[in-house]
Amino acid sequence: MDLTFNAEERAFQSEVRGFIARNLTEEMKRATALTPSVFSDPDIGMAWQRALHRQGWGAPGWPVEYGGPDWTPAQRWIFETESARAGVPNVNVMGVKMVGPVIIGFGSPEQKNFYLPRILSGEDYWCQGYSEPGSGSDLSSLKTRAVRDGDDYIINGTKIWTTHAHHANRMFALVRTSDGERQQDGISFILIDMTTPGITTRPILTIGGDHEVNQVFFDDVRVPVANRVGDEDKGWTYGKYLLEFERGSGIASAKLREGLKAIAELAESDLTGRAIDSPDIASRISEVEVDIDALEMTELRVLSALQTGQNPGAVSSILKLRNSEIRQAVTRLGVDVIGHDALAVEPMRPLYKLNHEPATPEDMLTVVPEYLNGRAYTIFGGTSEIQRDIIAKMMLGI
Amino acid sequence: MDLNLSDEQRLLRESAERFVTESYDADHRRKMANDALGYSPDVWKQFAELGWLALPIAEDFGGLGGSAVEIGILMEAFGRGLVSEPYVATIVLGAALIDRCGSAAQKQAILPKVADGSLKLAFAHSERAARFDLARVAATANRTAQGWRLAGSKIAVLDGHAADEIIVSALIHDHHGPSGRIGLFLVPATAPGLSISDYARLGGGRACNIELSDVQVPDDALLGDGHDALPAIEWAVDRAMAALGAEAVGIMQTLLDTTLEYTKIRKQFGRPLSANQVIRHRLADMAMQVDEARSMALRAALKVESPPLDRARAASGAKAKIGKCARFVGEQSIQLHGGMGVTEELEVGAYFKRLVAFDTLFGGSAHHYARHARLGRTSVSA
Repeated sequence: MDLTFNAEERAFQSEVRGFIARNLTEEMKRATALTPSVFSDPDIGMAWQRALHRQGWGAPGWPVEYGGPDWTPAQRWIFETESARAGVPNVNVMGVKMVGPVIIGFGSPEQKNFYLPRILSGEDYWCQGYSEPGSGSDLSSLKTRAVRDGDDYIINGTKIWTTHAHHANRMFALVRTSDGERQQDGISFILIDMTTPGITTRPILTIGGDHEVNQVFFDDVRVPVANRVGDEDKGWTYGKYLLEFERGSGIASAKLREGLKAIAELAESDLTGRAIDSPDIASRISEVEVDIDALEMTELRVLSALQTGQNPGAVSSILKLRNSEIRQAVTRLGVDVIGHDALAVEPMRPLYKLNHEPATPEDMLTVVPEYLNGRAYTIFGGTSEIQRDIIAKMMLGI
Repeated sequence: MDLNLSDEQRLLRESAERFVTESYDADHRRKMANDALGYSPDVWKQFAELGWLALPIAEDFGGLGGSAVEIGILMEAFGRGLVSEPYVATIVLGAALIDRCGSAAQKQAILPKVADGSLKLAFAHSERAARFDLARVAATANRTAQGWRLAGSKIAVLDGHAADEIIVSALIHDHHGPSGRIGLFLVPATAPGLSISDYARLGGGRACNIELSDVQVPDDALLGDGHDALPAIEWAVDRAMAALGAEAVGIMQTLLDTTLEYTKIRKQFGRPLSANQVIRHRLADMAMQVDEARSMALRAALKVESPPLDRARAASGAKAKIGKCARFVGEQSIQLHGGMGVTEELEVGAYFKRLVAFDTLFGGSAHHYARHARLGRTSVSA
């Protein structure tokens, strides 16, 4: 057993650091640090995607034949960790990490040839059409309907919580194509061009003051049958496959550590009157740091198992749950650390392009919005309650 | 980076688990709970034969040169069986201190006997006024013509009643008065002036309080050359906390398994307890905390030989986190067993009590989060 990296892995680490140093501009870095929502704005995120793509690193998890870099799990760990340390922008994960693996796994040759290169290059920007107003945790009760009409489907219904629908040119969606015996039957997985007539997008502002999610309406939207991934009525299988990627990208601790570091630095600064001098704050910082240590070890244990071809199983639910809970603990701590400054919440967006002097120091601008928006971590991608159901069923057999 | 068990480690785990399943059953545990010795000399002999006593001792002194990771594998299995043999006192603390601080002659005299099972050790360090502060020692060692004269009181000495030799910490007073250095002295259990009052320890095994009334020991009772032993003590206790953390993981895993089985069998309102979501979620939380504890125990073991600051933060972090998980898993195991969980008729209580003892030993969660924070700030300002 060994917690350290070997010479080869350390060489790769330097390579990643070198790449980041050459490509991450101060502007990107500042914009990322000053983004209190989950995703980077597309101009920032896609600039980074293009840089990654030029290096051949556009889709770390994909097989080589589709343009993946063929990394070992340890290399992926190093890449994610170094990226988090450096504060790189978030790329369009709905493309690279969600719909990409589904197209690779279940798509037709034509779909693979058309969509995958456009994800890698950043030409397409994807959003996810899963939840509906009446279908949250009980996702398979969804009602948006696609009715066959010649070589097209005609889609009617609505999707909600659609992250960056207002930026995306494509959506992957779960729609009902028939009424099966079980509600999971009769669902199909469809790729939709967002410029198709009949699609309207309504913004939804979150409590942190950000416009990240939307509701999307479909009125007689005509989509070619050729845009269906896999078999008709079997979309639930593909959709669940994708959720495992959404929950268990598996490497979250490095980002949490950077988040906590920023809070700890504020706590040690005169800006907060040295909040760290309160033994309660100091102990709570340690408590969260130790939770991150535990998550990191679990991630490394999973990675080690993956290296030898073992399947980590339901542990992706544990990782999702702990990541979301610890993230909330970090942001909660942040609000307590900044004290009085928690009262002044900057409403303008983006925070990295303010045209006035904000009421709080720049390092504090994201703290309260991150805490408020961060309440969503234990809700999206399957609520914590659903994750506990999965752990009980898959790990404990009850 | 590789956290998979090696083949040797897998064999060690299998043999330890097999030993616990076959030789350390509920009847044995009940017998030990009321035993004046608190452990079985026969079992100790088996440990020697299996090579477990030699495991972490250096090869030069009859050992196998194993690491903290192997100790952790063994301790996790011990936890599953609620083993009460003086393994931590003799091997994890005692032998480690001799190895770290002793002269070549002292190591040669002691360690081979520890490895073959003919000599047991204990470490007498804690004092009432010091609480969990390892640096606070009031016991004294005064230079005499014949060697050293030891005086003072020690509490919570793990398995001191079973030891042939007790390692006692004391402030060294030389010809010029107090030196400010802590020394470690090897005191035979039979030394005149040494009195041991032992008691049944919470959760199994025994502990004792020790009075040293002018105990005379020879020159060479002092381990090593009289350098301040505090860094070695901190290292040994960090190492013991990693080992005890692994034991706690084994205890928690057994409680989780037992409680899960019970909620599947026990029926109320015409259905098993586990049919209720509130019960399933509680068990999911318990499973998650067992897993987190397992990660932290392994992390602490892997960092036992890291630079002191890194090692100490890993040990304190593990102790604090595992303690918190242990309380939760233990308390919820009792809760989900209902009234039966509070009785001595089931073993849940015995396992729970060992977890409470774990959380208390060498300081609880609050103490170790505070130590972790203090050490973190040292690293920031340094």
